[in-house]
Amino acid sequence: MSLLNKPPALLALEDGTVYYGYAFGANGKSVGEIVFNTSMTGYQEILTDPSYHGQIVTMTYPHIGNYGVSVYDMESNRPYARGFIVREFSRVASNHRANQDLQAFMEQHGIVGIEGIDTRALTRRLRSGGVVKGVIYHGHTDDALEAQLVQEAKDHEDIDGRDMTPEVTTPLPYARPTFQDHPRVVLIDFGIKHSIVYKLEQSGAEVIVVPAQTTPAQIMALNPYGLVLSNGPGDPGGPKYAHDTVWQLLGLLPTYGICLGHQLLGLAVGGSTRKLAYGHHGANTPVKNLVTGEVEITSQNHNYVVDIGSIPGGQFVATHVNLNDGTLEGMAHTRYPVFSIQYHPEASPGPHDSSYLFTRFIEEVNLFEGATALPAAARAVAKAG
Amino acid sequence: MPRREDIHKILILGSGPIVIGQAAEFDYSGTQACKALRGAGFEVVLVNSNPATIMTDPEVADRTYIEPLTPEFVTEVIKAERPDALLPTLGGQTALNLASKLHELGVLDEYGVKLIGANYAAIQKGEDRQLFQQAMAKIGIKTPAGKMVTSLDEGLEFVASIGYPAIIRPSFTLGGTGGGIAYDEAQFRAIVHQGLHDSPVHSVLVEQSVLGWKEYELEVMRDKNDTVVIICSIENFDPMGVHTGDSITVAPAQTLSDKEYQRLRDYSIAIIREIGVETGGSNIQFAVNPVDGDTIVIEMNPRVSRSSALASKATGYPIAKIAALLAVGYYLDELPNDITKETKAAFEPTIDYVVTKVPRFAFEKFPTAATELGTQMRSVGEVMAIGRTFKESLLKAMRSQELDVRGATAGAGDDELEALLYPNPRRLPAVLELLRRGRSVQSLHAATGIDPWFLTQLKEIAQVEREVRDGPPVDTWTWERWREVKRIGLSDREVAELTGADPAAVRTARLANDGAPVYKTVDTCAAEFEAYTPYLYSTYEWEDEAPPSARRKVVILGSGPNRIGQGVEFDYATVHAVWALKDAGFETVMVNSNPETVSTDYDTADRLYFEPLTFEDVSNIVDHERPDGVIVQLGGQTPLKLARPLTEAGVPIWGTPAAAIHAAEDRDAFHALCQRLGVPQPRGAVATYPEQAVRLAEGIGYPLMVRPSYVLGGRAMRVVRSAAELATYLDEVYAELPDNPSILLDEFIAGATELDVDALSDGSRTVVAGIMEHVELAGIHSGDSACITPPVTISPAALAKVEEHTVALAQAIGVRGLINVQYVVRGDDVMVVEANPRASRTIPYLSKAIGAPLAKLAALVAAGKDLEELGFTTTPRPKHYSVKEVVLPFLKFKGVAPFLGPEMRSTGESMGIDDDPYLAYYRAALGAGAALPRSGRVRVIGTGLGSQTDVLLGLGFDVAEGPLPSGAEPDYAMLIDVEHTPEARRALEDGVPYVTTAEAATWTVRAMAAAAAASASGPLPVRPLQDLG
Repeated sequence: MSLLNKPPALLALEDGTVYYGYAFGANGKSVGEIVFNTSMTGYQEILTDPSYHGQIVTMTYPHIGNYGVSVYDMESNRPYARGFIVREFSRVASNHRANQDLQAFMEQHGIVGIEGIDTRALTRRLRSGGVVKGVIYHGHTDDALEAQLVQEAKDHEDIDGRDMTPEVTTPLPYARPTFQDHPRVVLIDFGIKHSIVYKLEQSGAEVIVVPAQTTPAQIMALNPYGLVLSNGPGDPGGPKYAHDTVWQLLGLLPTYGICLGHQLLGLAVGGSTRKLAYGHHGANTPVKNLVTGEVEITSQNHNYVVDIGSIPGGQFVATHVNLNDGTLEGMAHTRYPVFSIQYHPEASPGPHDSSYLFTRFIEEVNLFEGATALPAAARAVAKAG
Repeated sequence: MPRREDIHKILILGSGPIVIGQAAEFDYSGTQACKALRGAGFEVVLVNSNPATIMTDPEVADRTYIEPLTPEFVTEVIKAERPDALLPTLGGQTALNLASKLHELGVLDEYGVKLIGANYAAIQKGEDRQLFQQAMAKIGIKTPAGKMVTSLDEGLEFVASIGYPAIIRPSFTLGGTGGGIAYDEAQFRAIVHQGLHDSPVHSVLVEQSVLGWKEYELEVMRDKNDTVVIICSIENFDPMGVHTGDSITVAPAQTLSDKEYQRLRDYSIAIIREIGVETGGSNIQFAVNPVDGDTIVIEMNPRVSRSSALASKATGYPIAKIAALLAVGYYLDELPNDITKETKAAFEPTIDYVVTKVPRFAFEKFPTAATELGTQMRSVGEVMAIGRTFKESLLKAMRSQELDVRGATAGAGDDELEALLYPNPRRLPAVLELLRRGRSVQSLHAATGIDPWFLTQLKEIAQVEREVRDGPPVDTWTWERWREVKRIGLSDREVAELTGADPAAVRTARLANDGAPVYKTVDTCAAEFEAYTPYLYSTYEWEDEAPPSARRKVVILGSGPNRIGQGVEFDYATVHAVWALKDAGFETVMVNSNPETVSTDYDTADRLYFEPLTFEDVSNIVDHERPDGVIVQLGGQTPLKLARPLTEAGVPIWGTPAAAIHAAEDRDAFHALCQRLGVPQPRGAVATYPEQAVRLAEGIGYPLMVRPSYVLGGRAMRVVRSAAELATYLDEVYAELPDNPSILLDEFIAGATELDVDALSDGSRTVVAGIMEHVELAGIHSGDSACITPPVTISPAALAKVEEHTVALAQAIGVRGLINVQYVVRGDDVMVVEANPRASRTIPYLSKAIGAPLAKLAALVAAGKDLEELGFTTTPRPKHYSVKEVVLPFLKFKGVAPFLGPEMRSTGESMGIDDDPYLAYYRAALGAGAALPRSGRVRVIGTGLGSQTDVLLGLGFDVAEGPLPSGAEPDYAMLIDVEHTPEARRALEDGVPYVTTAEAATWTVRAMAAAAAASASGPLPVRPLQDLG
């Protein structure tokens, strides 16, 4: 294969900007909202994170694919990102953990990619002009086709206001038995990353994952000692039913919201969210824990933030704040063991500084269990049944 | 918790003379620290014996002591200044060891000086292998199986359990001195013996080999609030087995998945906490088994290191500055990120480009030394390059080296290339050439251990070269083709070589197709936030982020990689030029490729281009910036050799014009000029081929100085005393040189004293800035000789002639700026040897000796000021004497005879200042690391040393004459060996001071006598630069 005559591809933005590059991944066309991610590692976790559902991701790090793809690094059962924009994708996968190279993985899952793009210019465009929709197209183009692709980008449905959870949530509830005497927590799946489940298990919980639209009664019928609201894609204003679910469960169980789950909690208690110009997507954001004064480096992936001042009645206090732009990163209920975090304490990709939040949650769950639970013997019977 | 209020005055220790393993990076870190701490309102006291550094400029610290970095002298400084705290983590291993020593001696406690940055326990835990291994075991992180041994027998017993190869690491040495890899028992015995000796605590670690594993480094910062951040990850292109200072390294890590990277991150955080580095930076090295990911920690440095300098330049995160501020109590989230302004220093830089560092070696100076690379560092400098891809950054780094890398391998046979696959400086070009010839990535991976990802990148470079070579001519190329070829990193010159076109035609065709590079910003955040510091690199993409300003501006070309003969002195000169021109209202634009420098700090110049110093790269910047002038005369040969092509391309060169530079460098033109001015020269001739040299030599007579034309640092320069010696030279030395240069023959004036003169000229007025008398006689390279200013043995008549000739030459050449002239003097006779119309390596030392900022003045003269305006109209006459002594790297090159000659081999220098010339020499000698004894035996080998011997006897020394009987153990505390016997090498390896010329012996014994006399009234007093008259 020639390196000076690679197969052409094109990226058209809704504002009419056109970038020329080269095709990689699955052959075809892809349209979606473009977001940039500044993590230098973790492209596989990013591609398979359901929070990127409907989005085209561009990585700011120029070499992507170097270490291939590993069965251990899946954050869900398939890639959710619609398209992938990189400066240079690696034609070789060099790592003992790799089971596949990136090209094969993307082909297999129908993910359209474009390389050779000045991803820094694109990122600067997103930073100054805000989120933009775009189309990746493989093949030769002419002016007419380019104009048509720009129009397609414009016409593409906006993420704002839509409920995307039905497209990513589990169709049926399922348990992840640990075969140990661990307290049971219900995790509502708005588009979960596997790492959240692993982290809960590692911290000493037995997890039951339920579909996004599970009712409060159905959840309580599972006899949980804790509730986790997962991450997920899109506008938190979209899944209105979830606001009701969370509101009805508020105060009944120790509750831990992550990312979209945090935003849903904010909306459920009467607060508001707003969309950031270009969001936070990376693995290097400093967050200050206002309770301890400590700083943690966090993994982030969100476009919306909760405005703590909008939550009526002072029900919540800010516990974590973003040191870069001062936005809310975590909050806690003033009376209940209910707290939520805007970023990704489960990491994957990203630093592990915030794992303590899982520990803290499980401590709350254990306390709650101790205070409310059946005697151990009775519980064992209940579980077996 | 903000700034500590219990501290007001802080002592900072520098790292002393530049040596292999500890170079200009500590000038960068020390300078940053001084600036940061003064900026935060602290009073800063600095001790460093190295005058070539920027940190020892009188305006950088409040009180600057150019004194030896020994416990005695630093104790005197502490007594005089009574600092509240000592910050030992910015001056390399030297400062760390010295601080430990001061603690152990009780000096710090006695005077109430707190260690900040790293406490004594943390230093011990990080540096002592055994304590380190225990600490790692405690937190469950694997280290190589190893054992600390204090004797050879103990070592042999242990190595039997781990097998060969085994790694030997001496405790507490810098750059791995004395360490190595042993493949069998004989090697093991030799290396352990040396290591036990080199280690100040006489212990070495014998360790399981992880040769061939992948090597990584993480740069970690911690504050008092226990916030820990990773600044940068670095992956070594060369796998384990090559010292990281000698490895090609790449940032960020390229072949680690997030899971693996996060594991290294978790380990690093756990390590810095366990070792107990309270605040500041540390460097932690890991080895990862490519087969199964098994990870072990190799070592950690609880201080700012060479890698932190690289990481700072690679990311834009000012590690040394932040480390200094953390040491005085600030938290990371209280300090701003200077580049983005709005965000904080508490974050982890993310980069959207690739950085490659390539070391620069000096093996050509030590032809008898083996070039195999191992655990002991031997490179003398490095280049760094930034590209959007590894390929682009690697090719930029390779051309930044200023070596003909391709030429060195293109003509080699396959077998010859195969033989270069062991770790050595030519491995990379050999691998690339083999890939061009179709060798597979897998087979090269098997042969070298280099990761297949890196090899694949090299293979892609080879493929693009082939496509260019076999493709259409450049004048038919489309913009897309240009962009793809340039994006790979190929230079115009390489394209020209591949296509057979003329380089100028390639450039023309490229520019005609809109093929100019764009400039992107190093911003710590991959464009997530706006950057306010124009720290730039070129690439071939679509968006240019750095439109030039409309201000009056000047481009200052830096000095490129440090090498023997062109070191930190030139960074000093260019940084001074930047400062002076900034103050004069110009926008300053710096171009350099050396990460170990102050010039490449983002806040030194108004704009920084981290770029190769080649004609193509510099022209692109000039085309982009359209400066009013370009300054080439302050950065040494690297920018100077661009003067002519840039002038021809119509670039305005400020200062001495290219034609004048040529007039001084061209032998015939210079000879004619001297004749016209009546300035005597030694007789000489130029031969264009060896037979002619033999013939011309007869005409001049022996002894002769012989050398090839156009060289730096006395490369391949020799004194020949007979026709037979000349024939040997031509056969053995000259024949090895590339491109058949002309041969210069000069009358050698035996027994003459050499002088170095630096002068400033504005075109109409020339002022001699200083005259330096060399201690060594003519025949020894001026860069390797100690010198003193003002001169002590030269007659007033001769000095007057020197001044007169210097002025005449400067005026006649047409110098606008600095000129360095070298003379030989015998009695009242004065002859000029050479004149170089540029900043010389003596500028920083002389500036400190006379108290005038010569490089700044030169820059302002180049910008059009005259000396009258600048107030520099008469030669300064300081009341004190200043001596410069050199340090030589012989210890690092096994088997090399440690004697001086016409070829420069020193890596650094120290300075001593005193009202007495011999006490100045004494301080300089101690500053250069010579532990001159106060009593004991001095062994003297050679005749004609009666006067020196008498002085020693008078001081109460026991003098033994002649070589040691064979088989006898060394019995002396100092050696004088003017016969150049093997004893000198032994003294070197034993760390015993040794002197190899009669002149140096005279100075040394007189210095010892002066010190003995002075010490009768207590320790030698110390005096800061700021108090000198």
